[in-house]
Amino acid sequence: MSQFITSLELFLQLSAQMGTHVLFAILGGILCEKVGNLNLGVEGMMLMGASVGFATGLSTGNPLVSVLAAGIAGAVGALIYGVITVTFRGNQVVTGLALTTFGTGVSGFLGQSLSGQALPETITNFFAAYTVPVLVDIPIVGRMLFEQSAYVQAALICAVVLYIYLNKTYIGLQARAIGENPAAADASGINVTAYKYLHIVAGGFLCGVGGAYLSLVFVPRWQDNITAGAGWIAVALVIFSTWNPLKAILAAYLFGILRGVGFKMQNVGIGGTDFKIPTQLLDMLPYLATILVLVFMTLRKKKENQSPAALGNAYFREER
Amino acid sequence: MFKIVRKADASPAQERVMRGAAVVAALAASALVLALLGFHPIEVYAKIVEGSLLSGHRLVSTFNKTIPLVVLSLGVAIAFKMKFWNIGAEGQFYMGAFGASLAAFSFYWLPAIAMIPLMMVSAFVFGGLLALIPAVLKSKFSTSETLVTLMLNYIAIKWITYLQYGPWKDPQAIGFPKIPKFPDAAVLPELFGVHIGWVFALVLTVLVWVLLSRSKLGYEIAVLGESETTARYAGMNVTRITIVAILLSGGLCGLAGMMQASAIEKSLSDQLSGGLGFTAVITTWLAKLSPPAIILVSFLFAMLLQGGVYLQSALQISSTVADILQGVILFFVLGSEFFLRYKIVRRKGGEEAKA
Amino acid sequence: MASQSYIELRGITKIFGTVVANDQVDLSVRKGEIHALLGENGSGKSTLVNMLSGIYSPDGGTITIDGKEQRFQSPRDAIRAGIGMVHQHFKLVEVFSAKENIVMNEGKGVFLKGKALSEEIYKIGKKYGLMINPDKKIYRMSVGEKQTVEILKVLYRGAKVLILDEPTAVLTPQETKTLFEILRNMKAEGCSVILITHKLGEVMEVSDRVTVLRKGRSIGTVETAKTDPRQLTEMMVGRPIDLKIDRPPVDPALKKRVLSVEHLSCVDGDGIRVVDDMSFTVDGGEILGVAGIAGSGQKELCEMIAGLQKASGGRVVFQGEDILGLGPRAIIKKGVSMSFIPEDRLGMGLVAGMDVVENVMLKSYDSTPGPFMDWEKGRELATQIVEKYQVDTPSIYHPVKNLSGGNIQKVLLGREIDLNPALLITAYPVRGLDIGASYHIYDVLGQQKQKGVAVLYIGEDLDVLLSLCDRIMVIHHGRIMGIVEPHQVTKEDIGLMMLGHHPGEEEDHV
Repeated sequence: MSQFITSLELFLQLSAQMGTHVLFAILGGILCEKVGNLNLGVEGMMLMGASVGFATGLSTGNPLVSVLAAGIAGAVGALIYGVITVTFRGNQVVTGLALTTFGTGVSGFLGQSLSGQALPETITNFFAAYTVPVLVDIPIVGRMLFEQSAYVQAALICAVVLYIYLNKTYIGLQARAIGENPAAADASGINVTAYKYLHIVAGGFLCGVGGAYLSLVFVPRWQDNITAGAGWIAVALVIFSTWNPLKAILAAYLFGILRGVGFKMQNVGIGGTDFKIPTQLLDMLPYLATILVLVFMTLRKKKENQSPAALGNAYFREER
Repeated sequence: MFKIVRKADASPAQERVMRGAAVVAALAASALVLALLGFHPIEVYAKIVEGSLLSGHRLVSTFNKTIPLVVLSLGVAIAFKMKFWNIGAEGQFYMGAFGASLAAFSFYWLPAIAMIPLMMVSAFVFGGLLALIPAVLKSKFSTSETLVTLMLNYIAIKWITYLQYGPWKDPQAIGFPKIPKFPDAAVLPELFGVHIGWVFALVLTVLVWVLLSRSKLGYEIAVLGESETTARYAGMNVTRITIVAILLSGGLCGLAGMMQASAIEKSLSDQLSGGLGFTAVITTWLAKLSPPAIILVSFLFAMLLQGGVYLQSALQISSTVADILQGVILFFVLGSEFFLRYKIVRRKGGEEAKA
Repeated sequence: MASQSYIELRGITKIFGTVVANDQVDLSVRKGEIHALLGENGSGKSTLVNMLSGIYSPDGGTITIDGKEQRFQSPRDAIRAGIGMVHQHFKLVEVFSAKENIVMNEGKGVFLKGKALSEEIYKIGKKYGLMINPDKKIYRMSVGEKQTVEILKVLYRGAKVLILDEPTAVLTPQETKTLFEILRNMKAEGCSVILITHKLGEVMEVSDRVTVLRKGRSIGTVETAKTDPRQLTEMMVGRPIDLKIDRPPVDPALKKRVLSVEHLSCVDGDGIRVVDDMSFTVDGGEILGVAGIAGSGQKELCEMIAGLQKASGGRVVFQGEDILGLGPRAIIKKGVSMSFIPEDRLGMGLVAGMDVVENVMLKSYDSTPGPFMDWEKGRELATQIVEKYQVDTPSIYHPVKNLSGGNIQKVLLGREIDLNPALLITAYPVRGLDIGASYHIYDVLGQQKQKGVAVLYIGEDLDVLLSLCDRIMVIHHGRIMGIVEPHQVTKEDIGLMMLGHHPGEEEDHV
C-alpha cells in the first residue's frame, strides 16, 4: 500500500513537471478569452518566449531576466495581435493563425544560433527542484508541491492569484463583463480598449513564460519547434477548464499525466500484459476530451460555465 | 485627440487600392524586419521571385504548392459562406489523404483509370465525414465549430502518425517509420509538366464560383450564413443545406489531401500538409471567399513558401524567414481591412460649432 | 433658481457616414424636472442622448453641465459628470447578478463585497420604491426587473441626471404607472430626468417640459401645461396630421372563414406552455389584432401557423384544411404569408447583409425549375416593389441593412403581398417607423383587407390596435383572455386583460 502511495506521489510530481508549460499557456489563454478575444497564436507566443528566454539565458546567465525576457517576447506577440484585433478590429481567428506562423518563424530563426549550446549553471541550478522540509511529507501532494522547481510552483501560484483576481475583485469583474457584453461594460464606464489590451498582453506574457519553461527547465536545451503543439493543447484545455484558473491546474496536470503515461507505455504494457496503447492514440486524448467537454457544456445549458458570450467579436462603440 | 468613425462603404475600386497599399506597406515593413535581421531586403525579395518563378522546375514547385492551397481554400470558402468557421481544413486534408491511401492499398491491383477516381471519391467522403462531425455537434448542441474543427485537426494528424508508426509501417524500411509507396496506378499523371491536379483545381474553381453565385444551393448557403431563422422562415431545409455544404467543404479539403498524397508524396505521411490547411484559412479570408481571388492569393502564398525554400539553399537563410515574412504581411493586410470600413478623424472642439 | 438650466446642449451635430442624425440641436434641462424628449422614430432622439451619455462623441456643438463645459470621450466621463442612462436595449451582463451589474464600475476597494453590498442596494432601492433581489441573475429576470436593475445602477452611482430611452416600450400600462411614480420620486429628490418617447399620452402625463425633435433638428421647447397633443404632433410631424386610422368597409361577400385555430398549444424546451389551448378564427376581409405583453406567446403562435414551430396539440385549419405539421414551404405555397418583425427588425423576414434583389427572392427563388437562380426575375420583382411602394434606395443592389426602417419594412411587406396571400400574418410592422411611414403601412394593410385577405396583426400600440383592427384578441401567458370588439372596450380594459385579468372583473379583485 505504502509503495502504491509512493509511486502515486512520484507520478503526481512528474505530471506537474510535464504540465507546467501548458498550465502557463492555459492561464494566458483564459486571461485573453475572458475579455472576449480568442487568440489562436498561443503556440507562436510560446515559441517566441522559449527561444528568446533561452537566448537571454545564454547571454546573461540570469534566470529571472531570462524569464522576464521570455514573457516580454510573448507579450510583444500578443500586442501585435491586440493592435490588429482590438484597434483595427481584424478577424481574431485569422490573426491568431498569422501570429503562430510569425512566432514559429521568429523562434526558428533565433533557434539556428541556439542549438547545441548548454545553459549556464546559474540558471539550471536556480530552477532545479528543491525540497521544502516538513511540507514535503504531506501525503499525496507533498512531493508534487514541495519537491519541485520554483518554476512549477510559480505556475501554481499564478493560477491561484488569477482565480482570485477574476472572481473576487472588482477589476476582475470588469474584465469578465467585457468578455460577456462589451457594450454593457462600456456603458458602465469601463475602458474596454484598455482592459482588452491589458489582458491580451498579460496573457501573451504568460504564454511566453510557459514556452520558456521548456527551453530553460524541462529540456533544457534548444530544439526546433520545442513546444511540439503544446500551444494548441492549451487552446483546447482553456475550454476543458471552463475558463477557471483552478480547473486549469487540473487540466494541465491531467495532460502531464497523459504524457507521463505515454512515456511509460512505450516500454511497459498494461497490467504486465503485452497490450500497449500506442502513444499516438493517447496523444489524441486531450483533443477528444476537449470536444466532449464542449458538448457537455452546451448540453448542460447552465449559463455560468459557458464561454464568454462576446468571445471572438470585435467591439465598436459607435456601431449602429 | 483622434477618434474612429465608420465610413460609407468603399467602392470596389477603392477597395483594390487599399489592399494594394496594404501589400506595399507590408513589403516595406518586411524589408525593415529583414534589414534588422541583417539581410539585404531587395536581395531577399529578388531571390524569392527567382526561387519561385525563374526556372522551369521552380515554377513547377510553386504550382505544386498552389494546387492544394487553391482546392483547400475553395473548400474553406463554402463553409465560410455559411458562416461556418471551419478551420479544420488541415484535418480534413489528412483524412482525405487517408481515404485515398486506404483505396490505393486495398485495391492495389486496379488500373489507373479506375484507381484515381476511386481514390478521389474515397478522399472526398473521408474529408467530408470529418467535417460533418462539428456540423452535427453544432446543430444538435450548438457547440462552437471553430473549436471542434481545430481539435479534430490534431486528432486526424495523430491518427496518421499512429498508422505511420504502427499498422501501416513499411516493413521494408528497416524500422524507419514510413508508409509504403503507392502502386504506380495510384499516382496522378502529369500534364504539361505539372501533375494533373492543376486541371482539377481550375475546374473546381469554376464549379465553386457557379455554386456560390449562380445556384440555388449557393443562395441558400448564403442566406443560412446570414441567419438561420430567416432560412427556416423562407422554408429552406436547414439540415439538408448544412449537410450538403459541409460535405462539399470537407470533401474538397479531402480531395486536396488526395492530390498531395498521390502526386507529390506518392504515399501517406504525417508531414504531408505541413500546415497548408491553416494557410488555406488565411488565403480564403484574404480572398474574401471569391474563387478567382483564391487562385491569385494562393499563388502568391505558394511563391512565398517556395521562395523561402530557395532562400535556404541560395543564401543560407533559414526558411523560417519566410514564415516571419508571411506573418508580417498578414498582419498588415489584416490590419488594413480596418481602413476600408472606418476612418480616423481629428476630434473637433466644440467652440467653432457655435453659430 | 428653478429656471436656471442644469444641462445645456448647444448646436450639437452628429453625422454617421453620410447621414446627418443631429443637426445643430439645442436642449436645456433644469434641476428637478422631468423633461420629455419627443420625436418620431429616426428624429435623432437616441443619438442626442447617446452623446450626452458619452457613447457617441459629437461632431460639433457644446455640452455644458452645471455651468461647466464637458467633452466626453467615453461613457466614463459622462458618469463622472453625474449622468446616468437607461438604454432602450438594456446594457446588462446576463450571467452576472443584479448586484454585480450595479457595482460593476463603482467598486470601492479591491475585493467584491457580499452581504453588506446586497443590503446597501436593497436600501437604495427601497428609498425610491424599486424592489429587486440583488443576488438574482439577470438572465432569470423579467423585462420589468431588468429595467429596475438599470435604474438602480444609475441611482447607486448617485447620478444627478437620469436619461430613459423609450422606457415604456416594454412595459404594460400598469408597470408604466409604477415607473412614473419612481420618476416623480427622483424629481422630488432634485434629480433631472430626461424621458425619451414618441407617445404623446406619456408626455402629457408625467413631464414638466417637452423638447420636440424632427428630422435631427430641435423644433422647440414648451411647457407641458401650456400645450396639447395636437400642437405637439404638429411640431413632431411638421404639418397638421389627422391621427385617425381608416377602418375601410369590406364587401360582405369576401367574408369567408380563412383561418380557424382550434385548441392550439405549444410547450417550449423548458416544459413551459407558451401557447395554451388557443382557439380563434380569422375571416377574409378582417383584421384580427393580437394584444399582449411581449413574450406572451405571440411569436410561437405565428410560428406554429407558419410551420416553423412544433405544436404540442390542436389544429390549424386554413381554408378548410389542417395545415399543422406541414413544412414552412408547403404552407407558403398554400397562401399563408408571414412577415414577422422581431426586435432587431432584420432578424427573420429579411437578410440584412443582402441586397434588395436577393431579399425579394427569399420566398420565391425555388418556384423556377432547375438548380440555378433566376436573377432576371429577381431584378424585375425588386424594381417592381421599389416602384410600387416607393422604396427609397440608391439601387436595387443596395444592402437592406443600409436602408431606413420604413424602407426596410416596405421591402418586406411588398414581397409578402406580392405573393398574393390569403392570410397575412404581420407582427410589429411599424416598430421603429415614423408616423408617415406607419400610416402608409396601415393603409397597405387596409387595402389588403378590402381585397379579402385575412390579416392577423400582432401589435403593441393599443391606440393603433383599437382603431385599426376589427376585433382584438388579448393574450396573457399563452392564454386567450378574451376577444373583444374595439368599440366595446377602453385601453385600460385591454391593459388589465394583458396582465391576466378577465374582462368585466373589478380591479380590486386581484
